[in-house]
Formats: sequence, structure tokens, C-alpha cells
Amino acid sequence: MTRPISIAVVALGGQGGGVLAQWIVDLAEANGYLAQYTSIAGVAQRTGATIYFIEIFPEAVVKATGKMPVLALMPAPGDVDIVIASELMEAGRAVTRRFVSPDLTTLIASSHRVYSVSEKQAPGDGRADDKAVLDALRLAAKKLVLFDMDQAAEDTSSVISAVLFGALAGSGALPFSRAAYENVITASGKSVVNNLAGFARGIEGAQGAPPQSPHADAFPASVHDTLERGVARLQDYQDASYAALYVERVEKLRGVATDDRLLRETARYLALWMSYEDVIRVADLKTRTGRLEKIGAEARALPGQPYYSIEYFHPRYEEVCDTLPAALGATLLKSNAMRRLLAPFFAKGRQIHTAKLSGFLPLYTLARLRRYRRGTLRFKKENAAIEAWLAQVMTIAPQDYELAVAIAELPRLIKGYGDTHERGMDRFNRIMALLPNLIGKADAAAKVRALRDAALQDEEGRAFAAELQNVA
Amino acid sequence: MAERSFKEEVKKLRLGQGEEFRGEGILAVTKALLQAGVAYVGGYQGAPISHLMDVLADAQDILDELGVHFEACASEAAAGAMLAASVNYPLRGAVTWKSTVGTNVASDALANVASGGVMGGALIIIGEDYGEGSSIMQERSHAFAMKSQIWLLDPRPNLPSIVHMVEKGFELSEASNTPVMLELRIRACHLYGRFEAKDNRRPSPSVKDAMENPVRDVTRIVLPPSSYVHEQEKIDQRWPAAVQFIKDHKLNEFMGGVVGDIGVIVQGGLYNSLMRTLELQGLADAFGNTEAPIYVLNVAYPLVNEEIVGFCADKKAVLLVEEGQPDFIEQAINAILRKADVQTKVVGKDVLPMAGEYTADILAHGVRAFFNDHAPHLTSASKALAHSPADAGALPAKLPPRVPGFCTGCPERPIFAAMKLAEKELGRFHVSSDIGCHLFSINAPFNIGNTTMGYGLGWAGASAFNVEAKKRAVAVMGDGGFWHNGLTSGVGNAVFNKSDNVLVIVDNNYSAATGGQDILSSRAENPARSTRHAITEAVKGVGVKWVKRVRSYDVATLRDTLREAMTTVEKGPKIIVAEGECQLNRQRRVKPLTNRAIKQGVRVVRERFYVDSDTCTGDHACVRLSGCPSLTIRDNPDPLKVDPIAYVDNSCVGCGHCGEVAHAAVLCPSFARVELIYNPTWIDRALARLRQSVISWLQRRAARSMA
Repeated sequence: MTRPISIAVVALGGQGGGVLAQWIVDLAEANGYLAQYTSIAGVAQRTGATIYFIEIFPEAVVKATGKMPVLALMPAPGDVDIVIASELMEAGRAVTRRFVSPDLTTLIASSHRVYSVSEKQAPGDGRADDKAVLDALRLAAKKLVLFDMDQAAEDTSSVISAVLFGALAGSGALPFSRAAYENVITASGKSVVNNLAGFARGIEGAQGAPPQSPHADAFPASVHDTLERGVARLQDYQDASYAALYVERVEKLRGVATDDRLLRETARYLALWMSYEDVIRVADLKTRTGRLEKIGAEARALPGQPYYSIEYFHPRYEEVCDTLPAALGATLLKSNAMRRLLAPFFAKGRQIHTAKLSGFLPLYTLARLRRYRRGTLRFKKENAAIEAWLAQVMTIAPQDYELAVAIAELPRLIKGYGDTHERGMDRFNRIMALLPNLIGKADAAAKVRALRDAALQDEEGRAFAAELQNVA
Repeated sequence: MAERSFKEEVKKLRLGQGEEFRGEGILAVTKALLQAGVAYVGGYQGAPISHLMDVLADAQDILDELGVHFEACASEAAAGAMLAASVNYPLRGAVTWKSTVGTNVASDALANVASGGVMGGALIIIGEDYGEGSSIMQERSHAFAMKSQIWLLDPRPNLPSIVHMVEKGFELSEASNTPVMLELRIRACHLYGRFEAKDNRRPSPSVKDAMENPVRDVTRIVLPPSSYVHEQEKIDQRWPAAVQFIKDHKLNEFMGGVVGDIGVIVQGGLYNSLMRTLELQGLADAFGNTEAPIYVLNVAYPLVNEEIVGFCADKKAVLLVEEGQPDFIEQAINAILRKADVQTKVVGKDVLPMAGEYTADILAHGVRAFFNDHAPHLTSASKALAHSPADAGALPAKLPPRVPGFCTGCPERPIFAAMKLAEKELGRFHVSSDIGCHLFSINAPFNIGNTTMGYGLGWAGASAFNVEAKKRAVAVMGDGGFWHNGLTSGVGNAVFNKSDNVLVIVDNNYSAATGGQDILSSRAENPARSTRHAITEAVKGVGVKWVKRVRSYDVATLRDTLREAMTTVEKGPKIIVAEGECQLNRQRRVKPLTNRAIKQGVRVVRERFYVDSDTCTGDHACVRLSGCPSLTIRDNPDPLKVDPIAYVDNSCVGCGHCGEVAHAAVLCPSFARVELIYNPTWIDRALARLRQSVISWLQRRAARSMA
């Protein structure tokens, strides 16, 4: 008994799922199949998740029986032959919606991520767990085609629909030849060459190498690596003697460290903190060799094409004072009269052409101030705070090692510029202030970590305030 | 102009007798209207019926040739009132909108046209926005049919059936002097399929003929004593005439087997889902052949008592598949059977849920329960086809929700970024939202907005907050909602009642959420419509004194203007019109032009944004004031850092919001705008070389000094 072939395409609004669905319809119709297709677009067109559903049925059977099949308008669990997902989490969603059956369904999915706002907006790392989804996908389908199709589309300057279409062809799930697929792309008349290239990559991906996890583990976990990176960073940030100070500081901890973690985490956050972002650093980074080339590559500038970058700066009165010699900076910060007089000059953001001399030269000059950095107000402040933090780690390690590690990790809260930096610093200080009460308690380390995670959860500090209540 | 051009679709409207039409359901309806000799068409755009309006808007030449009048109405109320043309004249007319919201708006006009009745066929095509993908409250349009005595068609979801029902709908309307609603669910509107076309028919008479030969019948006007007579007419004459027509033309269908002591009654629109469910349980084949008798209600209202009694009389039990609540049909069938003293058990909402869409899963449960209870002889002999879906385990909790949000470069994003910044200064305030893309403000990252009361009702939704208080309430309204009714229900209302509150009007040049249709204040020249009527002029015209226009991408100015509106001592309503063209439409318009210019060798400067990975510290404060799809995150390239950094992908359209926010909120120095020069002139090249050589010399010098 002939049954229709059911195909569900799950995509994000704007990813071209409709184009892919139309190609599949064209493919079927050109090769002796009836096709029906429907979609749920509506508000989901605006970046939400959308679903396209196609059913195809051999026309020869219609002619032989003289009857039209009744085709469905929505996927039924346990009855979807092919699921095509244009993004990893959407593939996962197709599994949770029960569209994927282990003894029936060919699942074709791109392993890349399009992050949702809820993942992007966390002050820390709010990304969903890829591994859990990948594991589930591997078990869910009869056949799984999984690779980074977004990258393949990018490499071939085509669209992800073309790569998915190729992956569908390569999967062999439909009874159509490669030429039949290619004819559809050619007949569409749009970006034919690129889309055929993307299509070819899709076929290769489906037939080729085993699926790979989209994110390689970034961190080799040895202290030495971290230390080396720290040294390089600080040399780049200031000079060799500053890097030596860094190594010296980590060395001091050797006596109290009983495993790698304390050294590694302290080395990591000490390097980051010692290379705090001030106006000099920003100006330095923005005028480096190779920077413009990097921008060009990311913006896909053509070979030989002129391009310029216009940077958005908004240093406030506070940051300017911070960059001055400590005594002068402190005076200006305290003086209301000076603030009233000078602050208006820094009330507005500036757009600076860093690849034109008018913008490059002032920044370049500013970057050269780094030899005077040790004399700035900001340096004095940061250095004192770093010393205080290291002293805490040193003192606490012999009493409560876990707590010391938790404290070593705590500067993760300090990042950003302006308000963001102040907010992070404030939360850091408030946790540090709690330490006298926590030392000696069994769950002190867990509490510090809970406070840190809460502090990273939302900008307004609701989670943090709640956690503080918990600890107090 | 609409989001896209429909020139290709328009060609399909010209297909003649015997040619095959291939296309979308709602487009098939459009073609069917022309085949039925419609004289006028109106409506208000909205998913899922927008394409009917869009295609006709692009089909002016065909409409002119046929002498068909098409109007993009100001609202569904205006569209409903348009049917008045069929009251005195034998003109076939059709109107369309999204339901139930559009039917709510139109209900005043519909009740009036239904009271007096029609002479020419009057068809109301409603896109029933119910279930998955819907953007509105979950209700049934069925209730409107019942309360006004309008007939409700719910055809089987395949193109030939839908097209047939359009034609029969006009005939039914004329035979019973009653307007007829044709209900299409979302999936049916977007359904791609085929049908055999017929020639288009010129309306006879046409609207012009009617205008030139006016007739009048005072008994058709809704005013006593006629209004009392109308109610009697509905029951004594129009209803029986409709029932007779439905029977004579076999609008409802008897399918499946003819014998057996059970059966299934199904709304036409759910027929395919039902048949697939039966097939998967081994009770039917792919062509809809089944032993179980099936009664398909292509007319959901009125029911034909005789057919129902006839179908049920020899059965112990029938399954009723009726989606949505209340269970109008189930109640009616029970009443019909009891009055006829037929004791057939009606199984409906006891095995199927009262509320919510009937998905394949849900139908499977209900159908299985019914057949196991009442026809075990069928189920025991059958072999289920469905495979077992994979176990998702704990996966659902791990998947991030994907809620709709503003598109890349949307001009509405900066409005809510500015509002969020104003909130930081002034504390939170009450925000009355409206219908439109701007309602996405309620989601992350903005989390702004308390209620939405209907299209254009944003300011009316804040009208109670018109007392002396330390804070002012803010309302938001789109330009679409403004012209739909907000000018009167919101602005006029605020002026008249001396409101002291603030309204932000989102002026993006289109009715954007419904597909980018032109409205009165659109900037585009539209040969068929009158555009460029400024919103600021309109609100001043009804008496608002405090009116400010701000470019929406100018976050700092917008924040300052909001602050001023919230704190000024000046009394009276305050309106901020935030202007910025819908980016979706802008890109559709500009992108091809830019590409062509580049190809032709014209000097073009393209802009996009860039996040400096060296200075980004991964706090994502920028995301919290944006949520732009192109502003995303990626692994931190610095192995010392744990948190992902921000990153602008290649979908960036260079709207400038990132930079504005970085400035206004004093975020960080990581944002840069990149200007790419295509087809540079010799001056461009020479300057670039010069700049580059000086800069690299300095850089080399600096590198030496560091080493």
C-alpha cells in the first residue's frame, strides 16, 4: 500500500525554510510526484521558530487507482519520514515534539547554533547545553545527517537552504537523483552557481565524515598553559617587568596550593585583572597592526577594497580622571567644581575614524601613555584591590582550600567598562566583605560560588539580592 | 508597498478554463472570487489572509479589465460595512480579515448587514487564527455566525473543495439573503496545491451599474419596525432557505463506509487530520477509504437537522470532531437528536479536549478511545502504522525558548532601548502596549509592556490611568493601529478627557506586522492610493499640543524626549512620534538596488557593525539593550576568559543601533562601524594607500619600542 512521504522542515524565521520547502515541492513535482505543502508562519516569521510541512505522493499510483490521496496538513508523531532542521536546538525541538522516530525518520540537521535572546543576554555564559542535544539526536533518528551547514553555506557564499537541500540529496531519503535536485536549483535562477556549490557541500557532508561537535573544548587544563598565556598577555599589556610581577605573585601561592586548580584559576584571573581595560589599553588595541585586516576579514571586504572602521567611544569624566597621575586624578574626581566644569566635555559619545589619521593619531598618542600607566589613579586602585584579593586567597587556602579556590575564581565578576564594571566590582566587593562571616563554615565555598553565579544571572541584581539574603 | 511583490502570483489570476492553477490556498480563494463574478472586494490585512489583499493590490490591471472594485479598507469594520453594497443590488461582494480579532472589529457592521439581509452574494473570508502559529487570543468565529445568523462554511482543506465552496458560498448567500462566512484555518490558507481553473467572470451588474441606477428599499434598513421583521425573517425564511440549499447542493458530504453502528462527524477543516489519524491506526487507507461512515460538515452553521438525524439514527455512537470551545456543535447535535428521540451516544469533548488545537497527537488519543470503546471489532482487526517517536527524555528543559522578536536592524528596537534607559533614570512606569511588531517589547531583552487590548487600543488601554500621580503612564501604538482606530479611540479620547499621559507612536511607514502594506502615512508613492499623510499633522488636527518627532535610531534623543514627556510640567496629552522605516521592507527595497549599483560600477559605501573581540569583555550589556538577531555571541577567543563574547554576524544591515546604544548607555568601546567602499574612485584608493602607509609606519615604530 503506497503511503505519502512526510517531510517536516523546522527553521527560524528568516532562515529561508520557505525556499527549501518550495524546492522540495518543485523537486517532487518535476519527478512524478504530487506535492502538498503548508506552513505556520504568522508572528514566528519574525525570528521565532517556524515549521513547514510537505507531503508527496507518486502520481503513477493516482493514475492507476484513479483516486486522490488525502494529504495531511501537520506532522503526526511516528509518521514523519524526514525532518530537516536548520539549527541545532530546533532539531532538538523536533525530537521533543515527537516528530522523530528511531525506526523511521531521517534527521538532517545543522549543528550550528543561533542563540536565543535568553541565552545571549546573561551577563555570564547563558548558552544552552549543546552536548545534551547532540546526544539526544544521535539516539533519536534512524539516520542522522549532522554537521555545521551554516559554515558550509558561509564557505560557499550560498544559503543554508542549499546545503540542507544537498544534505537531503546525500541522505538518499528521497527517490530522486542528484541531477534532479540540481535542476531545481538551476531552474530557480537565483545565485545558481553559489547555491550549487552549497548543495555539493551538503551532499559531501551527508555522505562524508562522521558528525562533529560544533564546539571544541577551548581549555586545556594545565597551569603552565594558563601561566604562559598570562605572561604573554601582560607583556603585551605593559612590559616584561609587569609580566615578571605576575609570575612572582603566582609563585607565592605555590606554598599553599595542594592541587592545580588554585594555581590555575588564580593565574587566570590575576592575568585578566592585571590587564584591566583602561583608556590606554583600548587605544592601544585599536591602533594595533593587523587589526584593520581582521575587521576586513570579518566584514568580508573584497581583495583590494578600501574600508574604514568608525569606533564608538564614550569615555566618561571618571575614566579620564582615572588615566591621570594619581594625585591629580583623585583631586579632580573629588572636586565638584572641576566636575561641573569638565564633565560636559565627556557627556557625549564620540565616533572615531581609526583608519583615518584624524582618528588614528589621537588614539596612537594615547596608547603611548602606557609607559606612565603605573602612575595613574586607576593603576593604584586596581593594584590595591588585586593585592587584597591575593592576600585573602593566601590566608584562606590553608584553612579552607575549597573556599580559596572559589575566591580565586571570583574576579570573573569584574569585567566591562563604565557602569558594567562598577556593577561587577560592587558585587565582587560585597562577596569579599562577607568572607569574615563565612570562614570556618562547612559550605562556605558553595555559598561563594552560588553568590557568584547569582551575580552573573541578571543585570538588575535580583538573583544576587535573593542569594545575599540566603547567605546572611 | 507590501513586503514582497506578487507579480508572479498575479499571473495565476489570469488562468482560464481547464488550465491548472498551482499555488497557495488563500490565492486559490482570490482566483475563485474572480471566477464567481465578484463585483467588489475589500478587507483588512493580517495573517493568514494578508496575501489575498496583497495579490489584489498588485492586480489592478486585471481588476480594471474585469470591472472589479478592490479596496484596502481602513479597518475590518470598514470592510464589513462595505458589504452594504450587496443589500440593495445583486452585486457579489467579498471581504476578508484575520479572525476572531477582525470579526470582533467588524461585528457592528456584520450584525447590521445580517439583520437587513442581502440581495447579492456577500462572502466574508476569515483566516481563523487558531492553534499553533496564532498571534491572538484563542476563540472561535463560530459564535459570530450564531449570534447574527450568518452561515459558516468550513470546507475540507484541499484546493478544489475550497474553490468550490467560494462559488457555492455566493449562491447560498443569494438563495438565503444572508451573508456567508468562509472559514479557513492557518494551514489551509498557506496550503500549496492545485485545482482546475475556470475563466474569470465580469460582474453583472457591476458596481458602476449599481451606482448609476440607484434603488432603495426602506425595509432593508435596521430601524424599527423593520428590525423586528428582520429577526423573524431570519428564522422563518432565510434559515429554511439556507438548509434547503445546503441539502440540495450536497454541501455537507457523506463519506467512508455506509454500514456500521458507529460513525464520525467532523468539521470540514479537520477532515484531512481525521483521515490521517484513522489511517495511522489502520482504520483507513491513504485515499480516505474506510469502513467507518463519515459525515463531513463543510457547513458548520447552520446544521441540517435531517442529515444529522439520518446519519445517527442507525448508530449506537458517533464521534464528533469539533475543535475549540464552547462545544457549539456538540450541544446542537445532542439537542437535535434528543428532540428527534434518537438515542445515539454523541462522543466528543469527553474523549477529545474541550480547549486547544486538535493536533495529530490529540486526535490519535481521542479516535483510539472512541473506537476501542465503541468499535472494538474494527480496532482489533486493524494494524497501526505509526512508529514510536523517540523519547525526548529531559531534553525539553534544555532547549531555549524561541520567542518572536524584532528583526535585524528593526527601527522599533531603539525605541524600547530608549525606554529601558529612561526606566533606569525614572523608575518603572506603566506601559500600555498595542498590537503590532512593537508588542515584542514584552519579551526579553526589553521586558516592557503591561497589557494589550486590541489593535489601535494602546492608548485607550491606559485611559484609566488619568489621575493626578507622581508618574505618568506610557502607551505605545503603531502607525497601523493608529490609522485603524487609534486616532479616535486613543488620541481623540486622550484630548477630550484631558489626559496627562504619554503616547509613543511607532511610525515605520507600513502596516508592518501584517506584511508591510501601505497606510495613510506611508512615505512611498503609491499610484493606487493616497499616502504621505503625516501622523503629526493628524494628532495636531484633533488638538494635541505637545507633539515631538524623533528619529527612532537616535536612542539618546529618544530617551531624553521620553524623560521630558514624563517630567514636563506641561499638562495635556504628550505624543512622541518615533520614525524609522521597517527594516524588513527597507531591505527588500534597497538591497536589490544596491546590488545592481555595485554591479554597474557605481561607488557605493556599505555599512555594517563589528564588535572588537580584543576589547569585548563578555558582559552582554549590549545584548540586553538590543536582542538583534545579528548581535550574537561566540566562544571567547581568549583562552583565559570563560564567558562568550559578543559578535556581529554577517546579517548585520548597519542600522547603527549598536553604536547608539553603546553611546547612550556608556557601554563599552568595542563597537565599531565598518564602511566598505565598493567601486572605489582613484581618490579613494590613493587616500587609503596614504593613510595605510602612515599608520603602518607608526605601528612598526611602536612595535619596535615595545620589543
